[in-house]
Amino acid sequence: MKQSFYKRIGESVYSQRLPNGLEVRVVPKPGYAKKYAFFATRYGGMDTRFCLNGKWLDTPAGIAHYLEHKMFDTKEGNALQELAKNGAEPNAFTSNAMTGYYFDSTDHFEENLEILLSFVSIPYFTEESVAKEQGIIGQEIRMIEDNPDWQIYTRMLESLYSSSPARASIAGTVESISHITAETLYDCHKAFYTPSNMILTVVGDADPVRVVDLARRILPREGGPIIPRDYGDEPETIAQAETSRTMEVSCPQFLAGFKCRPAEDGEDYMRLAVIGDIACDILLGDSSPLYLRLYDQGLINTSFGGSFEMMPGIAYLYAGGDSKDARTVAAEIQKEADRLVREGIDEAFYQQVTRAAFGSNLRGINSFENIAVSLTEGYFHGYDPFRFPEVFDSITKEDVTAFLRDNIRGERMVLSEIVPPQA
Amino acid sequence: MEVTRKQLADGVYLTCLPARKFKTSLLSAQFVTPLRKETAAGSALLPAVLRRGTVTYPDMGSLAARLDRLYGARIDYTVRKKGENQCVGFVASFIDDSFTPGGEKLLEPVADLLGELICDPATRHGRFVPAYFDSEKTNLIDAIRSLINDKRDYADSRLLREMCAGEPYGVPRLGDEAEAERLQPKKLYALYKELISTARLELFYSGSADRKRVEQALLSAFSALPRDVVRDIAISRDHAARQEVLRIEEAMDVTQGKLGMGFSCGSDDTAALLMGNTLFGGSSNSKLFLNVREKLSLCYYASSLYHRQKGLITVSSGIEFDKFQQAYDEILAQLEAVRKGELEDWELEGAKSTLLNAYASMGDSQGKLENFYLGQAATGQSETPEMLAQQVREVTPERIFEAMGTVTLDTVYFLKGKEAAE
Repeated sequence: MKQSFYKRIGESVYSQRLPNGLEVRVVPKPGYAKKYAFFATRYGGMDTRFCLNGKWLDTPAGIAHYLEHKMFDTKEGNALQELAKNGAEPNAFTSNAMTGYYFDSTDHFEENLEILLSFVSIPYFTEESVAKEQGIIGQEIRMIEDNPDWQIYTRMLESLYSSSPARASIAGTVESISHITAETLYDCHKAFYTPSNMILTVVGDADPVRVVDLARRILPREGGPIIPRDYGDEPETIAQAETSRTMEVSCPQFLAGFKCRPAEDGEDYMRLAVIGDIACDILLGDSSPLYLRLYDQGLINTSFGGSFEMMPGIAYLYAGGDSKDARTVAAEIQKEADRLVREGIDEAFYQQVTRAAFGSNLRGINSFENIAVSLTEGYFHGYDPFRFPEVFDSITKEDVTAFLRDNIRGERMVLSEIVPPQA
Repeated sequence: MEVTRKQLADGVYLTCLPARKFKTSLLSAQFVTPLRKETAAGSALLPAVLRRGTVTYPDMGSLAARLDRLYGARIDYTVRKKGENQCVGFVASFIDDSFTPGGEKLLEPVADLLGELICDPATRHGRFVPAYFDSEKTNLIDAIRSLINDKRDYADSRLLREMCAGEPYGVPRLGDEAEAERLQPKKLYALYKELISTARLELFYSGSADRKRVEQALLSAFSALPRDVVRDIAISRDHAARQEVLRIEEAMDVTQGKLGMGFSCGSDDTAALLMGNTLFGGSSNSKLFLNVREKLSLCYYASSLYHRQKGLITVSSGIEFDKFQQAYDEILAQLEAVRKGELEDWELEGAKSTLLNAYASMGDSQGKLENFYLGQAATGQSETPEMLAQQVREVTPERIFEAMGTVTLDTVYFLKGKEAAE
């Protein structure tokens, strides 16, 4: 088993690849009462079109999320129940590019881990149980459709992208999930829930050797083939510049999104993630000149914030919040990027922002979930997230300026708005 | 490493939660003041205005730059409701000294900044800076109004307001819109002066520094804190039982309905109610989750919350409009099942483990620790998580049935769609 030390952040990681292709990582956390396990597959909301046994398949939007819900069913009943008996609160999420199952517990950790690995690797659905789930997920979809934050974000993605599957909601629609059958769920499980497409991460005071042995014992001996996926042929241009919708909200909300150039997997992927984050802070973070000016002018309030996101084949920077004049705020973001490119970034400000970004990355390591999710993302995209101090050292002001110049441009921007009904 | 609570000055207490395992340290300063309809909005506005600037760092830009240079230290203002008290102040989080690349010490400068935010705000002509007051007042009103954006939170809050109308517990955390609208700069400044001199100040530290150093840093940072006659914290009064169930319906343009149900608890056997509530709807293994949600697909979510500091249980659920009666009946049927002891061994075992797990892992999160100990301090209680865990271990099934037998339906709130209303 390999052990890596990360002196600058005071962490270490054990890792081992099993013969079936499963990657196992253990991050020791002495002194913590809880232990956390995260079992993830590289399969998410965007993986609707893929090639299985030489044939391209189109599956309904929302299927990865649907499968996540159904995985908790076991022949004996329900895995939630089994884990909860031991005081573990298991849960799962489906993002664009992964599905993760997890629990934390202070007692019976190995027993719980065994349950987790079993229920995620052994599917058990019937036509009846699949049909019943449509009621539950249908309610979940209706609930998120009532959520203005979700609406504004989804509509922004629909405007940014014309062919990427990121356009579709991870949960799908009430209509799309009506096409899901037990058979399609079994197919998708077979294709993506194979050890070679998965990673198990344990964070806490656990014995790495025992974790590896347990995974070896519970999971299938052999891994499946790599499944090619189709994320569409996304052009550089945006799909549409503006979208607006009326909802029962107290004041208008907006998001401005910028379509950015994605990076290939590997260390470049992580570099771009860090550069994008720093660019976001410099352009419109809490201490940026733009933020302070807009706040003083009453054009934004504390709800304002931004972020840089990457998914397979795409990347985007977005910002927004409540505003009575979204158009002006969006234009000001654009202007500020132009100014930074033209005049360059102030050296003292750059140092200040990267210092803060370092602190915030370090703070993230307090969270077991955050550690597990970032190690998983790093594994799927071929980089090591615990090397962030070194990556920070390697990034220069010029990298950030180049990012702004290439991506924060008028022709790459979309504006998504939610407005209250006219009185 | 032991938790200690010590009086530092008149009405000023420091709770030290020593720990070496975190990447960060936490420092919190919270004023505890009785929750009242007339002052809630003003107290909620205060930390927001104070957070805008101090004498040394007079605007958001200089404050943000200062925090950036302290390796991205964060100071967030907080407004919380603990029992019938309102707690307002700041929570600071900063990286532990052992990880600062240059070996800089951050505890002292962060404590100083905290002290300055509270004791030495930016002012003009003996009042808060008018622009800060105005924009934070607008933000507060927006925040109160924006509750409606999340229908789940909105429904939960409406239920509590209706159920506890006329009691401090029914006052929302941020106060109400009408009171916020009435706030004036002069009155707010007077409220500020009164709060910092007469409200109890609870300080919390979690991190690797030793207690002496923390005490020193805080004594020095708060040396300018004025202290007058310090008021008592409010002790929650029991919710008055209702003769007839109060039923409230509201219609909005939504696609999913929300059903909220409020119950009063006639027992003060806290540990038994903690267990009873966990069995009823407090975990993903509860009767509400497994039956109302999973088995009958009546709703997307259904859970219950035990308000330990007030002796209430509230149920929150999201349903289709036409499932109202079914969901309502089923929720009551599940409560009845807990009361009658229709429980499998694994349910009891699971509920116990859920609670014990929560108490055992509390020490793994600085935020949860601070929030727990603030709740204890603000309601005059002193049990540690370990003590509560021990009480839970000792609960017998009979005590659960008895305590849950005193749980009585008090208020029902239903948020339905506009079309359904027609």
